[in-house]
Amino acid sequence: MAFNGHGNDDDTTDNDETPTKQPRSSKEMSGYFRVEPNKEAAAPAGRATSDRQMPSSTARRRSDSVRKTRPPFPWFGMDIGGTLVKLVYFEPRDITAEEEQEEVENLKSIRHYLTSNTAYGTTGIRDVHLELHDLTLCGRTGNLHFIRFPTHDLPIFLQMARNKHFSSLHTTLCATGGGAYKFESDFRKMADLQLHKLDELDCLIRGMLYIDSVVSSGPSECYYFENPTDPDHCIQRPYTLENPYPLLLVNIGSGVSILAVYSENNYKRVTGTSLGGGTFLGLCCLLTGCSTFEEALEMASQGESTRVDKLVRDIYGGDYERFGLPGWAVASSFGNMMSKEKRESVSKEDLARATLVTITNNIGSITRMCALNENIEKVVFVGNFLRVNTLSMKLLAYAMDYWSKGQLKALFLRHEGYFGAVGALLDLLHTS
Amino acid sequence: MAECGRVDCRTSSHTMDKSITLPPDEIFRNLENAKRFAIDIGGSLTKLAYYSTVQHKVAKVRSFDHTTKAPSDKLYEISVQEEVTARLHFIKFENAYIETCLDFIRDHLVNTETKVIKATGGGAHKFKELIERKLGLKVDREDEMTCLIKGCNFVLRNIPHEAFVYAKHADPEFRFQTTHPDIFPYLLVNIGSGVSIVKVESEDKFERIGGSSIGGGTFWGLGALLTKTKRFDELLQLASKGQHTNVDMLVKDIYGGSYRSLGLTGDLIASSFGKSATADKEFSKEDMAKSLLHMISNDIGQLACLYAKLHNLSRVYFGGFFIRGHPVTMHTITYSINFFTKGEVQALFLRHEGYLGAIGAFLKGAEEDNPNQYSWGENYAGSSGLMSVSPEMNPMQRARSGTFDMLEMDRLDRQLVNLPLLQDPSSYIPDTMDLTEDALAREYWLYCFEDALDGVVKRAVASQPDMPEAAERAEKFRQKYRHKLQTLRHQPFAYGSLTVRSLLDTREHCLNEFNFPDPYSKIKQNENDIALRYYGKAVKSLEELSWEERQFALVRVELKAERPWLIDSYDQWLERLKGPPHKCALFFVDNSGVDIILGVMPFVRELLSRGTEVVLASNSGPALNDVTNGELQILTERIAAMDPVVQLLRTEIQNVDVMCLVVVILVQRKYEYNCLPLPSPSRLDKVLATVVRERQTDLVIIEGMGRAIHTNYYAMLSCESLKMAVIKNSWLADRLGGKLFSVVFKYEVPAGETSQFSAALTPS
Repeated sequence: MAFNGHGNDDDTTDNDETPTKQPRSSKEMSGYFRVEPNKEAAAPAGRATSDRQMPSSTARRRSDSVRKTRPPFPWFGMDIGGTLVKLVYFEPRDITAEEEQEEVENLKSIRHYLTSNTAYGTTGIRDVHLELHDLTLCGRTGNLHFIRFPTHDLPIFLQMARNKHFSSLHTTLCATGGGAYKFESDFRKMADLQLHKLDELDCLIRGMLYIDSVVSSGPSECYYFENPTDPDHCIQRPYTLENPYPLLLVNIGSGVSILAVYSENNYKRVTGTSLGGGTFLGLCCLLTGCSTFEEALEMASQGESTRVDKLVRDIYGGDYERFGLPGWAVASSFGNMMSKEKRESVSKEDLARATLVTITNNIGSITRMCALNENIEKVVFVGNFLRVNTLSMKLLAYAMDYWSKGQLKALFLRHEGYFGAVGALLDLLHTS
Repeated sequence: MAECGRVDCRTSSHTMDKSITLPPDEIFRNLENAKRFAIDIGGSLTKLAYYSTVQHKVAKVRSFDHTTKAPSDKLYEISVQEEVTARLHFIKFENAYIETCLDFIRDHLVNTETKVIKATGGGAHKFKELIERKLGLKVDREDEMTCLIKGCNFVLRNIPHEAFVYAKHADPEFRFQTTHPDIFPYLLVNIGSGVSIVKVESEDKFERIGGSSIGGGTFWGLGALLTKTKRFDELLQLASKGQHTNVDMLVKDIYGGSYRSLGLTGDLIASSFGKSATADKEFSKEDMAKSLLHMISNDIGQLACLYAKLHNLSRVYFGGFFIRGHPVTMHTITYSINFFTKGEVQALFLRHEGYLGAIGAFLKGAEEDNPNQYSWGENYAGSSGLMSVSPEMNPMQRARSGTFDMLEMDRLDRQLVNLPLLQDPSSYIPDTMDLTEDALAREYWLYCFEDALDGVVKRAVASQPDMPEAAERAEKFRQKYRHKLQTLRHQPFAYGSLTVRSLLDTREHCLNEFNFPDPYSKIKQNENDIALRYYGKAVKSLEELSWEERQFALVRVELKAERPWLIDSYDQWLERLKGPPHKCALFFVDNSGVDIILGVMPFVRELLSRGTEVVLASNSGPALNDVTNGELQILTERIAAMDPVVQLLRTEIQNVDVMCLVVVILVQRKYEYNCLPLPSPSRLDKVLATVVRERQTDLVIIEGMGRAIHTNYYAMLSCESLKMAVIKNSWLADRLGGKLFSVVFKYEVPAGETSQFSAALTPS
């Protein structure tokens, strides 16, 4: 999520261009570190996957549980963004016969519903390929499932929660993202659920560090592109995120937030931009009539942006040598569309591609400036804009490498959009 | 905007671009002597630049040789001479008229030395063949960015109120900035179809440190796709009517309110066009255009701030066709910069932004003439001024088509610099009142100048009794100046901050335009002659007074009123005079006649007899009945010839190895250094520093309403200063809390000055 300049210039609102409306600029934030020592245990350190001693709570205790501090099942973490709701679900695989017997019907039904399906309703999807197996959490072993559905279908989700008597199992549900605030009363009214609201940036960092630490087998969580400036030899390679700090974390959701992370608990939001995934999809919908992210990406993959954009060579006939600008660089995004003839000759696919390239390069450009200002060389891009979007990832890898002359390294994570939800889940386990 | 060039499209409607008839002398003026052409062809506007010379009359005074026979009762004679001065012409018009304009130039160009025309801008290539064919000149292309920067440096250096901040809801919307004496370093963000961000460190050193492909072309191209609206101006019109909140996803759309822990309020845009991704509905053209405008302006503003921060620059100028006087984009960019820097950096815009490329290309072509060695001043008579582009005043920017905008700059005789004795040159604002901001004062002074116009016209005619066509010219002057006053009534920001000084300057420019170099010359001559006859007597009667009586009498001659005065620090001044003499006094003088001869000179004489050196400063050119440098020179020579005390002045000053009088700039435009013919900048600075520093100037005296009240009233100097004036204007007197003919006698010692007299200066 990102917050760019507030753009309302109505006479009424214009007068209050007060600092309160402004995001923390990097200036203000410098020296500002979020330190929450009392939550230290909440952020999993290093590679630790073993049991943790949790602070005791008033949570209901399972009579058969050795771990008296463990929260009751089901374990969910939720991240309600501007476009998508991300849900992670921990499915215990070490349920004893005794436990199974005791397990209430509702809980069983939820577990079966979630684990036996990969799609829910018309828009809910479980990203099976991201599922993490044999994970040990709070002394329990199981699988972590990753589920998403559009935010506008949240009422359907709440209806289902109501139908499945979700509230009888739990009194709190850990949730982050703006929707945790916006829909808090809906959860209460429609599903009798009490949300435990968490800051999205705290969750994002905690979730990211945790997932990176627990993935040991299978495809590497973190990866980069080798030879990013050579399309023929550009290959995805695993990367070990050891000694990750300081790193610039760029979260591309509907909008973009850029964080400078110095340690698990020490980070600042440097800036953000409103030109994010929502802008890509929004513009694509308007320009091409498409309606989903997948559709927009599919179109983009078949289009040619150079028919839409004005390149340096379109203006200078080649490179603009005086300023070291290569002829292939985009001089003006959508610049060719100033001409009526060219507007009539481009395809929807071209427009989708140009939109993708414009948004992606802009994020790259702002990121690079932040990295320079913050003096950070490692950049991790996350967020659902990058889901199945190799095009953008390669563009970002290219942009980071080319414009920094190899100084900056673009890194990506497989569970790109789910870290906030994972962070929320971790909070449940550590504070309940 | 000059209306004079409005296209006459009645003659033929279908080939408008070919049929315009240009009023020959009103747009491409002084073509007969024109040379060194340059052209900047942009996407829609062409800017033409050329250098020319203007022949105009100047009033000269020449001392009669009093040693020869046939002595005249006059001290000096006045002659009107022809003088040739250099002028730069810049004309801006729509590309549609380029052919007609080129034809016109070819038909009127006399000078045949010109072989090349410097060209820049994206359209230079497209029109190369046409220009070469029409004008028979070789098109020599210059790098766009280089021209832009050169032009930018030039206007920042030469035009005092070039830069302004834009505040949509303020009155006036334009707030002009006093140009810092050192214009470097700065950041120029040029928003054309793309964005270039250039860091400028010195005249010749600049670097494109970054840019963005999201610029004016993105707004135009994407806007055209989204709204099916073709023209850039129309897109801006759409945007100004739209509601971006219908299209953008705001923080409150995600959070339900603000994101408090980060201090992000609900109205902030979280995702541009975010709603069009989820909501399945139609969006209005206006709303989409507005959303697009914000997206692009915010993005550019953000990048500009990131670059400014990285390079530690605080002055950021914005230009390019995306900005070019459009209130809508100036507002959104201003907003964005304010937002991202928390108000620490202000977005600056330039009055002549559209001309930068043409000016730069011209300078490239004129390098051998070394135009940068001179100071140039905007000629208010020949320049269109900044038009108001408020949508209310000008509902369709289309209305601009067919009009020609002009900028003319005169080469000044001398380099202008600030007085070194100013406490803080960078914050020095000469003018006491800003008529752009003070609507009441503006109303009053515009009325005053209009009211006085008849008198000025009469005097102008009377100053040239042997020229029968003077009346006709005077009438033209009246029309021109009245038109300027009308323009300023509606667009007080047309030439930067409006001040009494700029109104006077405009009048002088208009008078010069119609060859009335000095309407007051005869009156001044008369008054000087009469006053001179009484000089000896006046000095004698002063000498008969006691010391203390004399000190008061000297001041009293000037101020003519009984104490207590409106501002009255006479007691402190008197106490100071009891102390040791000042080393050197710099005296800015005012009117001819009684004022200079019987008021200033006896005062100067007293200072001299105390052992204080005196440097007199006067205007180089005529302004009302102010004594000019030429006149002053003759007057002081004459007085020195008959008064042994003043002799001393002459001798002493001659030792400084400059001419007998040193005239120093105080106000940038009005007072000019007048001691050496065309000094180079370094030489000038050296001389100026020499006079003020080596003579150890420790007192500045400013006399007269124009210098001590309209200007410099609040000026803080780094040495002792004395400001003396009678307020001869009831409105102004009222403003300052006094009555007509109230006296200001303001003696000031700079704060923190712990001189040995400080005790004496404190009223007991």
